[in-house]
Amino acid sequence: MKKLIALLALTSILTASAQKVVLKGSDTVLPLAQKEAEKYMKANPLKPITVVGGGSGVGIAALMDGTTDIAMSSRKLKMDERLKLQDAGKSVKETIICYDALSIIVNPSNKVGKLTRQQIEGIYTGKIKNWKEVGGDDMTIVVYARETSSGTYEFFKEFVMNRKNYASNVLNMPATGAIIQSVGQTKGAIGYVGFAYVNNEVKDIAVSYDNGKNYILASKETAKNKTYPIVRPLYFYYPTAKENYVKPFLNYVISPEGQKTVDEVGYIPLSK
Amino acid sequence: MKRAYRQFTERFIEGLLALSGTVTSLTVLLIVVFLFNEGLSLFGTSPLENKTALVVNESNPVQKLSAVSIKDIFDQKITNWKEVGGKDEDILIITVNDIGNYYSEEQIGAEFEHLPDCFSRLVDSLPNALAVINESYRTSYFKGHTIDVNKNNLPDFLSGKEWFPTAEPAVQLGVLPLILGTLMVSLLAILLALPIGLATAIYMAEIADERIRKVLKPVIELLAGIPSVVYGFFGLITIVPFIHDVFDLPVGETALAGSLVLAIMALPTIITVSEDAIRNTPRSMREASLALGANKWQTIQKVVLPYSMSGISAAAILGIGRAIGETMAVLMVTGNAAVMPKSILQPVRTIPATIAAELGEAPNGGVHYKALFALGCILFIITLIINIWVERISAKRKFKK
Repeated sequence: MKKLIALLALTSILTASAQKVVLKGSDTVLPLAQKEAEKYMKANPLKPITVVGGGSGVGIAALMDGTTDIAMSSRKLKMDERLKLQDAGKSVKETIICYDALSIIVNPSNKVGKLTRQQIEGIYTGKIKNWKEVGGDDMTIVVYARETSSGTYEFFKEFVMNRKNYASNVLNMPATGAIIQSVGQTKGAIGYVGFAYVNNEVKDIAVSYDNGKNYILASKETAKNKTYPIVRPLYFYYPTAKENYVKPFLNYVISPEGQKTVDEVGYIPLSK
Repeated sequence: MKRAYRQFTERFIEGLLALSGTVTSLTVLLIVVFLFNEGLSLFGTSPLENKTALVVNESNPVQKLSAVSIKDIFDQKITNWKEVGGKDEDILIITVNDIGNYYSEEQIGAEFEHLPDCFSRLVDSLPNALAVINESYRTSYFKGHTIDVNKNNLPDFLSGKEWFPTAEPAVQLGVLPLILGTLMVSLLAILLALPIGLATAIYMAEIADERIRKVLKPVIELLAGIPSVVYGFFGLITIVPFIHDVFDLPVGETALAGSLVLAIMALPTIITVSEDAIRNTPRSMREASLALGANKWQTIQKVVLPYSMSGISAAAILGIGRAIGETMAVLMVTGNAAVMPKSILQPVRTIPATIAAELGEAPNGGVHYKALFALGCILFIITLIINIWVERISAKRKFKK
C-alpha cells in the first residue's frame, strides 16, 4: 500500500513537472508575471508556473536554446535576434500583454513643470545643459537614464529621442529605484521611470508631443485613452510549436481577470 | 591486515586530494579559456548590426566610413558628405522606417515583399542618400555601392573614448574611459583603506588589550559578511548626498563616492590579513628588540612591520582585488557615465559595473555580448598584472632579509 502511494506521488510529481511552464526575461515584466502566475496557480494548482528574471536579452536567448517556454520582454525582438531564431529554425509568436507608461521626473524643488519632446531630446543628447534654457533656475541639468541595454533605455531612445544617441555624460543607473532615489536627492536632476513607480520624493512633469500646444501628465486615464504619448507595450514571446502548451496561461493573462492584476501592479491594461 | 587497510585509506585520501586539486585547476582553466574565447571573437566582426549594410548612390565617391563618423551622421552632427570626404551635399538618411515617406503601402507590399526594389530604386535616384538596409535587400540591378566599415579591432577597442554598445546602426566600443574609471576608483579606494586598515591592524595586534580585541575582531569580520548591494544602497543614501553637499556639486554620484564605499568594503580583508601577519612575528624577535632598549613603537616600526611586510602586501593585493572586481556597490554610487574621468568629483563607470548592468540584456552572441566578454578579459589581465607585481615585491623583501 505504501509503495503504491509513493508511486502515485511520484507519477503526479512527474506529470506536474511535465506540465510546468517556464517564463524568463525582462525585470520590468517580472513583478507582473509573478503576480499573474500566483493567481493562475491558485485556480489551477496542477499547472505550475516558474518565473525567472534576468533581462529581456536573457529571456530571448533562453527561447533560442529552448530553456524557457515564454520569454518576457520590454522591447520588440531585434533584427539580430529575429535572424538568429530564423537560423535556428524556430518561429516565434508575439503577444502584447499590457502597456507601461514612462513618466519624466525631476526634483520636487524644480520649478519646471512641463517640457516638449524636443526639449527632452535636447537635454538627453546634451544640447541643453542648463535648466534656465527651458524656463527654470540657473542650474546644471543632471541627466539620469537606465543602463544602456535595458529595454527602457532603448524605448526612450527610439520614442523620445528620435533615435539619436544619449550624450556620453548621462548617468546610467542600474534600477528604477536608484533613479528615483538619485532624482529625489539631486536638485538639478531629470530622469525617467515607469509611471507606477512615481512617488512623493520626485515630481513628474507634463510632456508635449505637439510643439507645446498640449502638455499632458501621465496618469492611468491619459495612458489608457492614449493622450499621454510615452507609452510602450510589454511582450510575451513563445515558440509557435509550444502554442497549445502555453495558451492557457496566456489566455488567462489577457483575460479581464488577468488584466485586473495588470491594473493592480500599476501597468496599463490592454484596452478592449 | 590493519596495516594494509591503513595504507589503503592513506592512498585513497591522497588520491582524493590530488583529484580535487586537479578539478579546481581544470575549472579555473576552463573559465579562462571560455572568457578569452568569447572575448577575442569580438575582433574582426563588423560594428554594424548583424546582416545590415550601408549603401549609397553610385555617384557618391565615399567608399569607407569609420564607426565614429557613422554615429555622428546618425546623430546629425555630421550633415554634409563633404565632412567625410564626399561632395558638397546634405546627407539624406534612409532607414526601413522612412521608406513609407517615399512609397505607398501598395508599392511596398503587404508582406514587405517589394522592399528591396523600393530601396534599390530610391537610392539609385537620390545621389545624396545613405541607406541602412538588410544585406538580403540588395537586388541584382542595384547600381550603388556598399560602404566599407572598419572592423572591430584591438587598438580601436582599447583607445576608443566612446562606449555606446547599442548605438544604431554602428556600435561604438571604446573602453578607455571604463579602464581608467576602474583604475581610478580602485586605486583611490586602496589609498584610503590601506593607512586606516594598517593602523587598525597594528592597534589590534600590538596595542589593544585582549578584551577590546575580542570585541573588535568579530565586529570587523562581520563587515565582510554584509552583502555588497547593502553597501551600495548605504552609499547611495548617505555618502552620495554627503559628497553632493560638502563639495557643492551638481551631482553626488562620483568616483570619490565609489572609492569611499570600496574602501569600507576592503577594510575587513586588509585588517584581518595584515593583523595575522603582524601577530606571526616571533616572540623572540620582539623580545630581542625590547631587550636592546627599543621602546614599543621602535619595535613595531623596525622589527614587526619589516618582518610582516609580505603579509601586509598580501593584504593590499587582496584589498585591491576586492576593489577592482567589486560590482554592485560601485554600480549604485558612481553614476556610470562612460566619460573620460578627469577628476574624482565626476561620475565614472567601471568595467565590472558595465558587465553587470549590460550582460543581462545584451543579445546572446552579438557584438555587444562579445564586447562585454572582452571587457572581462581586460579585467582579468589587470588583476593578473597586479598580482604578479605585488608577488615580486614581497619576494624581493624576503630576499633582502
